[in-house]
Amino acid sequence: MIDLGKYAGAVLGAYGVSLALLAGLIWQTLAANRCARRNLERQEKNG
Amino acid sequence: MSIWEYANPVKFMRTSGAILPWVVAGAAICTVTGLVWGFLTSDDYRQGSTVKIVFLHVPAAMMAINIWVMMLVASLIWLVRRHHVSALAAKAAAPIGAVMTVIGLITGAVWGQPMWGTWWEWDPRLTSFLILLLFYIGYIALWSAIEDPDSAADLTAVLCLVGSVFALLSRYAVLFWNQGLHQGASLSVQSGERMSAVYRYPLYLTMLGFGLLFLALLLVRTRTEIRKRRLAALQAREMRA
Repeated sequence: MIDLGKYAGAVLGAYGVSLALLAGLIWQTLAANRCARRNLERQEKNG
Repeated sequence: MSIWEYANPVKFMRTSGAILPWVVAGAAICTVTGLVWGFLTSDDYRQGSTVKIVFLHVPAAMMAINIWVMMLVASLIWLVRRHHVSALAAKAAAPIGAVMTVIGLITGAVWGQPMWGTWWEWDPRLTSFLILLLFYIGYIALWSAIEDPDSAADLTAVLCLVGSVFALLSRYAVLFWNQGLHQGASLSVQSGERMSAVYRYPLYLTMLGFGLLFLALLLVRTRTEIRKRRLAALQAREMRA
């Protein structure tokens, strides 16, 4: 186990918040892309 | 063959679809390896374990500025050559840049508190970086506020030109004003070694990883915008028929 010493809160907090923001950005990007592709396919099939 | 061929949405979709898996794989390998490697490095004798924050703070801050520069180039291409893909690429890049700026600010504050004794200081670099975040938010809001896509692209391109002052200022502020808490560049090709190789190599890897991550997200988001634009065109044609 890595010993982060007295700055453990700062280091883990920085990594936690940053990785959560990156994960949220990736999720939102993929979800919007999936939604746009589905809507376009539906329109092309019906149109 | 000309680079302008990729301004054709069909050509862009075909080419980006082919390279995307490779970019995603490169981004995942470099980012994960770089961050794990960085996290496992030994503590700095002065900064203790807080030195590990550099592997998030520097790549995020670097990308925050570089993404705005990329948006500037794409905006200029839109204004001069009226290529829709370039306007959509600038629009697609803005939320990624905003998130990178937030990560840069948060990790900077968390790092600054134990090292400088304060979360925030109205230092030239920090202040110009905060203004850059406000420009990102304004840019995204302006795209959402205007219904006509060409007008939105025109106005956001002008906003991007203005915001570029702060993007460049946040990079070079420490050179203009010899005051404030933030130090100069940790990595420089001109000034010799400023950082131990123990930290430098994982930092290079995370910087490459963040660059590839941006490219992967940019390609996916631009493809999304092109699909939305095509859907709107098909719906408009159906309404007219």
